[in-house]
Amino acid sequence: MAREKSRSAQTTAPPIRPPKLTLAPAPLWHRAAEWMLRCLAVSAVVAIVLILVFIAKEAAPIFYSAAVRAEVTLSKMWVPQLWPGYDESASIWQPVSDIPKFGIWPLIVGTVKVTVVAMVVAVPLGVGAALYVSQYARPGVREILKPIVELLAGIPSVVLGFFALMVMATWFQDLFHLESRLNALVSGVALSFAVIPVIFTLAEEALRAVPRSYVEASTALGAARWQTTLRVVLPAASPGIAAGVALGLGRAVGETMIVLMASGNAAIVSANLADSARTIAATIAAELAEVVFGGSHYTVLFFLGTLLFLTTFCINTIGDWAIRRMKIRLGGMA
Amino acid sequence: MTAAAATAGKSALAQLAVRRTRRNLVADGAMAVASGAALLLVLASLGVILFDIVRNGTPHLSWAFITEAPRDGMTAGGIFPAIIGMLEMVILMTLAGVPVGVATAIYLHEYSSPTSRLTRTIRIAVANLAGVPSIVFGLFGLGFFVQFLGAGIDKAFFHGEKVYGQPALIWAALTMAVLTLPVVIVATEEALRAVPQELREASLALGATKFQTVMHVVVPQAAPGILTGTILAVSRGAGEVAPILFTGAAYFLPQLPKHLSSQFMSPSYHVYVLSTQSPDVDATKPILYATVLVLLGLTFTLNMAAVIVRARMRRQHAGVA
Repeated sequence: MAREKSRSAQTTAPPIRPPKLTLAPAPLWHRAAEWMLRCLAVSAVVAIVLILVFIAKEAAPIFYSAAVRAEVTLSKMWVPQLWPGYDESASIWQPVSDIPKFGIWPLIVGTVKVTVVAMVVAVPLGVGAALYVSQYARPGVREILKPIVELLAGIPSVVLGFFALMVMATWFQDLFHLESRLNALVSGVALSFAVIPVIFTLAEEALRAVPRSYVEASTALGAARWQTTLRVVLPAASPGIAAGVALGLGRAVGETMIVLMASGNAAIVSANLADSARTIAATIAAELAEVVFGGSHYTVLFFLGTLLFLTTFCINTIGDWAIRRMKIRLGGMA
Repeated sequence: MTAAAATAGKSALAQLAVRRTRRNLVADGAMAVASGAALLLVLASLGVILFDIVRNGTPHLSWAFITEAPRDGMTAGGIFPAIIGMLEMVILMTLAGVPVGVATAIYLHEYSSPTSRLTRTIRIAVANLAGVPSIVFGLFGLGFFVQFLGAGIDKAFFHGEKVYGQPALIWAALTMAVLTLPVVIVATEEALRAVPQELREASLALGATKFQTVMHVVVPQAAPGILTGTILAVSRGAGEVAPILFTGAAYFLPQLPKHLSSQFMSPSYHVYVLSTQSPDVDATKPILYATVLVLLGLTFTLNMAAVIVRARMRRQHAGVA
């Protein structure tokens, strides 16, 4: 920075040459330390590569190990099989039985069910709360409200899971007369508490970053407040809101403890929200402690982990892209 | 022509006025009420959760609960070993993770050019690392630290005897350090961004080298931000369960962890096991609630501290600039 400034000074002042400014010569160890900084800075990249490599490595035997492939292959996981004792082919998750069954569809259905419930609750509440805090609350009130909502993000997921298991499950059962206490509905609603702060924070930031001039222009054209909010402010903030929804979705798909504790964990294919559900993340958490290292069950669980990693990686990349787009859009137009 | 235009304009204006008075008042009100209701519902849920936990947790909470070991199959006694185990894990995590996170932030903000490919790659990696599900960190900790590093150390130094090649305090701490890395990086970078450019220029103009400027001028100014990041990382580390499930947490240990290779107890894991695998839920319920209260109190206190440190930092920089 300083060097650039001195250079431009030289070019614009021809008659008297100012003394040439240089930075103080750096001792060798400074450069060594800077090199160290650079090496440490790559650690995040190294970490994400190592994560992928090491979970994929443990999942890889599913493609080549004869011992593993005798019990489970990709097609056995994805295509419903005709198991002995069943009348028609079905996708069944029963990894610990005489004939281990690794049908993945019950887990996918469970994950989708719980995630959909969580998003249906979290998106309106998160965006709505962000709208109120950014558009209607007075600045002083906003400075108090924002940290309070964000306290929700500070609740450990195991505490939310505990609350869902001990308290919410009973309330929901009494309220909706449900057959099973732990089900997709309870765990989805509990999960939404973890998703709301993610959506709220990003949506509020995006809504508040909408330039005042937009609102003033809209008002000057005769638009009412609700019209300005709906047709000017919300569309301008939409990339940020979309980013919040995407990151919230990533969180919902990957969240483990809440679902593990509150969903009942029955691996069944059912669209009914009142039925118990088993998600991919919860399956890994519940089963990995009891498997034989390197066995087929172990391999399948790491395969599920790889699947989860790749899914959330894609969702988060989209969210990250939306955030950068929002910054460019608002930065460029303001 | 003029008369027609005047009438048209008049009626348009009149229409506008009508729209303003009736429909718009209702719509404006409806929107404020709807968004306010959403906020209220979120706040009410938070309130209900806190109220329930505080009400059911306080009766059993006492000094003895924090300083005693569990007794009678977890139906009596306290959670002292879990608190110590968590402290040890969190300290190791901080020692391993914070320097790396701070170095990354310093490199990103002070040294690299924002458009270089390396910078962009690091940023994408940090953003994605923050979004990796915690259970995947658990798998990674087991696959990389326990099975690869740990087993490797055993083969090299312990003649294949299982010392580090199993779930251990150090592996849980390192897994958690990787998980909290983005938290530290983001908070530190935010603080570096708030340091006025003039300070850097003044330091360089006085003849300091770039490295001296960074170490003696920029980093001290950003210290509250680094502290914020560390506090948030500790809060996160204390509350997470999934990453330590397979990398070192244990339900009950007769001794406190004395070695890096020992397993450890943690309040968060304690809550999970007590509430899902306890044979007698009613007998353990008071202890369970008290443990949740301790855990929640700890994470809330830490998060509040982070908010306060950050707010003070912002005010300070607002004063300088």
